[in-house]
Amino acid sequence: MSKDRVEKFLAGSTATPTRSTVRAPRSPLTLLDVEQASMRFGGQQVLRDLDLAIERGQTLVVIGESGCGKTVLLRLLIGLIRPTVGRVLFDGKDLAQLSERELTKQRMRFGFLFQGAALFDSLSVFDNVALGLREQRRFTETEIRDRVRLRLEEVGLPENAQEKKPAELSGGMKKRVGLARALALDPEVMLYDEPTTGLDPIMSDVINELILQTGRRRPVTSIVVTHDMKTVLKVADRVVMLYPLARLRPDERQVLFDGPPAELSQCPDERVTQFIEGEARERVKNHKH
Amino acid sequence: MATADVERLGWLAWLGDWVYHALLVVGDFLIFSGRTFSWMFRRRPARHTLLHSCHDVGVGSLIVIIITGAFIGMVLAVQAYAEFHSLGLETRMGSLINVSVVRELGPVLAATMLAGRVGSAMAAELATMRISEQIDALSCLGANPIHYLVVPRLMACVLVIPLLTVVADFTGVMGGAMISIHLYDIEAHHYWSHSRAYLGMWDIGVGLVKSLFFGVALALISCHRGFNARPGSQGVGKAATEAFVASFIAILALDFFLAIILNALRDRIWPTPPGSLF
Ligand SMILES: Nc1ncnc2c1ncn2[C@@H]1O[C@H](COP(=O)(O)OP(=O)(O)OP(=O)(O)O)[C@@H](O)[C@H]1O
Ligand SMILES: [Mg+2]
Repeated sequence: MSKDRVEKFLAGSTATPTRSTVRAPRSPLTLLDVEQASMRFGGQQVLRDLDLAIERGQTLVVIGESGCGKTVLLRLLIGLIRPTVGRVLFDGKDLAQLSERELTKQRMRFGFLFQGAALFDSLSVFDNVALGLREQRRFTETEIRDRVRLRLEEVGLPENAQEKKPAELSGGMKKRVGLARALALDPEVMLYDEPTTGLDPIMSDVINELILQTGRRRPVTSIVVTHDMKTVLKVADRVVMLYPLARLRPDERQVLFDGPPAELSQCPDERVTQFIEGEARERVKNHKH
Repeated sequence: MATADVERLGWLAWLGDWVYHALLVVGDFLIFSGRTFSWMFRRRPARHTLLHSCHDVGVGSLIVIIITGAFIGMVLAVQAYAEFHSLGLETRMGSLINVSVVRELGPVLAATMLAGRVGSAMAAELATMRISEQIDALSCLGANPIHYLVVPRLMACVLVIPLLTVVADFTGVMGGAMISIHLYDIEAHHYWSHSRAYLGMWDIGVGLVKSLFFGVALALISCHRGFNARPGSQGVGKAATEAFVASFIAILALDFFLAIILNALRDRIWPTPPGSLF
C-alpha cells in the first residue's frame, strides 16, 4: 500500500474500505447522529426508533413532558448508556464500539450539565470546577485558578461561595456550579439538562444569555433540554419535541415536532400546542373520574 | 400439564434465574477487579486522595481495633485457663493464646471489624455517588471512576489493614498476658518464655498475608457493591449491607483456603513441623 493510501485510510476517506466503526457522517455538517435508536429499561421502553442528526454549531432544544426520555437521550449522546437497538455516532464514530480509553477521550469534547448538578460533595465548589482541568494535566495551578474564577464569575456565583461544599449551596447555586464545571474545559458540544430549572427569572435569563454567548464565542454545538419556553424562544435554532411512548400509538413517531421555534405555534398537532401553552385540558378531567 | 409439574418447573426456573444472576454478578465483579488492578499499575492515584483514604480507613478504626484485639486476648486467656489449669500446664497458656491471636483471630476479627466499619461506609459513599450521578459526572470530565475512586480505596486497605492487624495482634497478646499474669498469677517469666518458644515468624507472616488478602477482598467487594447500587435511599442501605455480608463471607472463605494453602507451603519448606504445642 502506498503512503498516501494509508493516510487516506487513516483519515477515514470513503475511497478506501473503512471499518464499520468509522463511517462517514450522513452530511459533512452532522456531528451527532442518532440512528434508529431504541432504549429499554427492563420491561419499560423509553425511546423508540429515534432518528436525530445534529449539525455542528446548531443549538437544538429538546422539549417534552416529564418522563418522556429527554435525560435518557442526553445520556445516550455522551455514551453513558448504550442504546438497546441502533447506534449513536459522534463525529462518525459509533460510541458503543470505542474502547474505554477512546471513549474517555471523546467525552472530554463534551460538557454535561446534569439535571441534579451532580456535584462532587466531598470537594469544594472550586475543586469541583477545577477537577476536569486538573485531570487534563496540561494546565498549571495558576492557569487553573484563573479559569475557575472566570467560569464561576460568568455564572454569577459570589466569590465567597468558592470554598463552600455543595451541601452548603442553594439548589440554584448548585446548578450554576454544575454549569461552570461543564464549561470549564471549553467543550465542543454542550449538553444542558434543564439549565434554568430552580432559578429565579433574572438568573434564568443570565443562563440563557450564557448559553447564547458560549455559542457565539466559539463554534459550540448545544443540546438543551428544558421546560422553559423562554429558553426555547431565546436560544433555539431547532426544537424537537418528544412524547412519552406510553401515550403514543405503536405506529406513531416519538418526535412530534422537529423544526425552528417560530413554527412551534403553527404546528397542527394539538399535543404540541397544548404543551407550549401549558394547558392541562382533558388530561385533568381524565384523572377526576 | 399438571399443576404439580408447573410448580416444580416454576421452582426450577427460579433456581435457574438465581444461578444466572449470581454468575452475572460474579463475572462483573471479576471484570471490575481486573480493571482496578490494571489501573492501579497504570497510573498512581494522586497523593492527597490516597492519604485521605488511608486516613479514613486507619485513624478512625484504630480505637475499635485496639479494643477488639484486647478482648480477643482476654477471652482466650479466660477460656484457656480452665483447660490448662486442670492439666497443671498454666505456664504454657501463652503458646495457645498467642498463636491463636496472631495466626487466626487477630486477622479475621480485625478484618471483620473493618468490613463493618470501613467496607460498608465505602459502599454507602460510592452508592450515594452513583445515584446522584457523581460517578457519571466523573467520567464525563475525563476522569476514570475506577482510577479515581476505587484504586485509592483499595491501596489504602492494602496498606493499612495489615498495619491494623499488627495492632490487633499486639493488643491481643497484651490482653492475654494481662489476664494470665495478673488475674491467674502465672509467673511472667515462664509465660513469656513459652510464648516465645511456640510463636514463630511464620505465624506472624501467615497472619499478615491473610490480612492482606482480606483487605483486598473487602475493598473490592465494597466498592463493587457501591458502584452497582440501585437508585434510592434503599439502594444505598442495601449496598452497605450487601458489602458487609459479602465481605464477611469472603473473609471466612479466604481464611479457610489460605489456611490450607499456607499449611501445604509450610510442610513443603519444613517437612517436619517447626514445633507442636505439646
Ligand atoms: N437507569 C434507569 N433505569 C430504569 N428506568 C430508567 C432509567 N433511567 C430512566 N428511566 C426511565 O425512563 C423514563 C424517562 O426518564 P428521563 O429521565 O429521560 O425523563 P425526562 O424526560 O428527563 O423527565 P424529566 O423532565 O422529569 O427530567 C422514565 O420513565 C424513567 O423511569
Ligand atoms: Mg430529565
